Amino acid sequence: MENMKPKMMQKNFFTPTVIGLTILAINGLIFLLIRFVWGIGAVTNLDNQHPWGIWIGIDVAAGVALAAGGFTTAALGHIMHKDQYHSIIRPALLTAMLGYTFVALSVMIDLGRYYYIWHPLIMWNGSSVLFEVGMCVMIYVMVLYIEFLPIVTERFIGRVNLPGFLKKLNKPVDKFLRVLDRGLEKTMFVFIIAGVVLSCLHQSSLGTLMVIAGPKMHPLWQTPVLPLLFLLSAISVGFPMVIMESVITSKSFGLKPETNILADLSNIIAPLLGVYLAFKIGDMVIRQTFTYLTEINTSSVMFTLELLIGIIIPLRLFLSNEIKKSPTGMAIASFLVVLGVLMNRINNFLVAYNPPYAQHSYFPSIGEISVTIGFVALEILLFRFFVINFPIVSVPVYSTPQTKFAIRGGSK
Amino acid sequence: MLNQSRRDFLKTSTLITSATLGLNSKSKAASKYVLSEDRMGVLVDTTVCIGCRKCEWACKVAHNLPTEPIDTYDDRSVFKEKRRPNDKALTVVNEYPNDFTDKFPIDVKVQCMHCDKPACLSACIVGAFSKHENGAVFWDSTKCIGCRYCMVACPFQIPAFEFEKALKPDIKKCDFCYKDRTFKGKLPACVEICPVEAITYGRREDLIKAAREKIKMYPNRYVNRIFGEYEVGGTSWLYLASKDFEKLDFPKLGKDPAPGVSEAIQHGIFAYFVPPVALYALLGGIMWINKNKKSKEQEQDK
Repeated sequence: MENMKPKMMQKNFFTPTVIGLTILAINGLIFLLIRFVWGIGAVTNLDNQHPWGIWIGIDVAAGVALAAGGFTTAALGHIMHKDQYHSIIRPALLTAMLGYTFVALSVMIDLGRYYYIWHPLIMWNGSSVLFEVGMCVMIYVMVLYIEFLPIVTERFIGRVNLPGFLKKLNKPVDKFLRVLDRGLEKTMFVFIIAGVVLSCLHQSSLGTLMVIAGPKMHPLWQTPVLPLLFLLSAISVGFPMVIMESVITSKSFGLKPETNILADLSNIIAPLLGVYLAFKIGDMVIRQTFTYLTEINTSSVMFTLELLIGIIIPLRLFLSNEIKKSPTGMAIASFLVVLGVLMNRINNFLVAYNPPYAQHSYFPSIGEISVTIGFVALEILLFRFFVINFPIVSVPVYSTPQTKFAIRGGSK
Repeated sequence: MLNQSRRDFLKTSTLITSATLGLNSKSKAASKYVLSEDRMGVLVDTTVCIGCRKCEWACKVAHNLPTEPIDTYDDRSVFKEKRRPNDKALTVVNEYPNDFTDKFPIDVKVQCMHCDKPACLSACIVGAFSKHENGAVFWDSTKCIGCRYCMVACPFQIPAFEFEKALKPDIKKCDFCYKDRTFKGKLPACVEICPVEAITYGRREDLIKAAREKIKMYPNRYVNRIFGEYEVGGTSWLYLASKDFEKLDFPKLGKDPAPGVSEAIQHGIFAYFVPPVALYALLGGIMWINKNKKSKEQEQDK
């Protein structure tokens, strides 16, 4: 049996796609600059009727959901101890770490007084759902960084090579990294479980967030079980995100796709989607909101699309054995799930929100869209940077040496 | 990665559990307010209001907002469109047609209702809102981080935000003239200036009694309802009208407090931190069992 081991990718950072992404990122950053100099109103289409736009609906709400791959794979690989999935944990962890970092950044740019972002740390309001989400996300970002640290120590132990006069520090730094690595190895399980608990908490509370909007939210989405629906959808979108990211990475770096592992993963997705669909339909039946589907308007169309494209079609696809033989097929089915959850978060936070005195409806400005796209582009660029410079992606290893770290001074 | 010994596992888990338990005994202190029986309120009789908009002027002056001279407020052409309070005007008057006579249109003053169970107070991430003893719902500039969740939460869509400001944008809403006037026993600026006494400041309970009396005495003049008596758990501002409140652009709201469901869910998930700690313990247990299973299998393989 071949062994899989995470390796740094030997590739140039720059490709035509990367240059395109860089342009998108810079475009977003320019609009961001305008936001910081002339205020939120100068860049966004927000007003007193529409206090939240796509920076909250997409960048934060959908961002948190799509970073769920981190905790679902950790639960599967570490807590359930399914060792065959170990090769996908690191890419999923990196996706989650970058995802949550950008969630935090998006919250910050959307805050009117971004320089007071630390206020919730000392000014508590236990009844505020937003407070709970904020605290959980803040702690979880820390947990993700800690979970990522072993990859950093693995990268540098035995390879510390500081330039110039810092050379003297090579040995102490190396020693520190080894101590750190040993300490982390002993305590990592604490952080892994904490990561899963924190994720369950804030993924669901993100749904509770809109409950307080009450009748301002369309009845198709406004329900007391929103937190459960958010949690279930986050859990069901975690693995599709991992599959998509894995297939694209393989393509981009010319690796053989890990079809077997991905097919095993696909087998878990169908039941998860099924449970989500059951609760979604059940909620609709119990509250009898299906009557709203008989009238044709933005809400009913969006709800139907979300259900059809995001849950029902991919559920059917993941039940077929043909799909599981082709990485592209699995990637497409996964993309539909991702799209469905993205639509669900946009629907919950923007489409369903009908303020009572709105003169017009909200549509994001070019500035808002630019910043959102720019952030996504930046995330992809950072992902590529990490994959090239750190041992993230697993490749088959045929040689036998079983040393964990490179020997200092030895060949690379 | 996870080859720590069983003893390590137990040691660390005990540590974590005790740390979490220690934490939550401290974190119960959420800011709770007591609703005073003597809290004040304002009764707006929309059948008396003449739409002179002097209250708009007085409010701006009292809150240091830029304003045109007082005589420009006589211009009635602003009633052509419905206006909402915003960051430049904390109260506005809108005009609606009277079904019985064109001579006396219905004028409705709009501002923060100062709910008894405010959604903004429940929602605010840093607890920047407070409900004072005299009924005022007050926003604290020193805490606010500008997240605008209060605007999402408010059932009356009242809080406004200074979108144009890059630094220190405020949430703007009627503050019941708390700091400079009502706290010191004075009248709110709008009540003080009203030339026809369409708005009355007083103990909320007394105002409700007075309003009931009015409805009883003039059953043809009023619809039999005091808006704000029960809506979203009661508000400090109360309204009387000759026409269905929904036709005067009042929102259709139930009697349950606006933050009710969301707080119930929130406190259900966080009941003394029991559910999160239980989930932590459960996952730890599953992890331990699976780990032992794996190591036994490996021993058998050897």
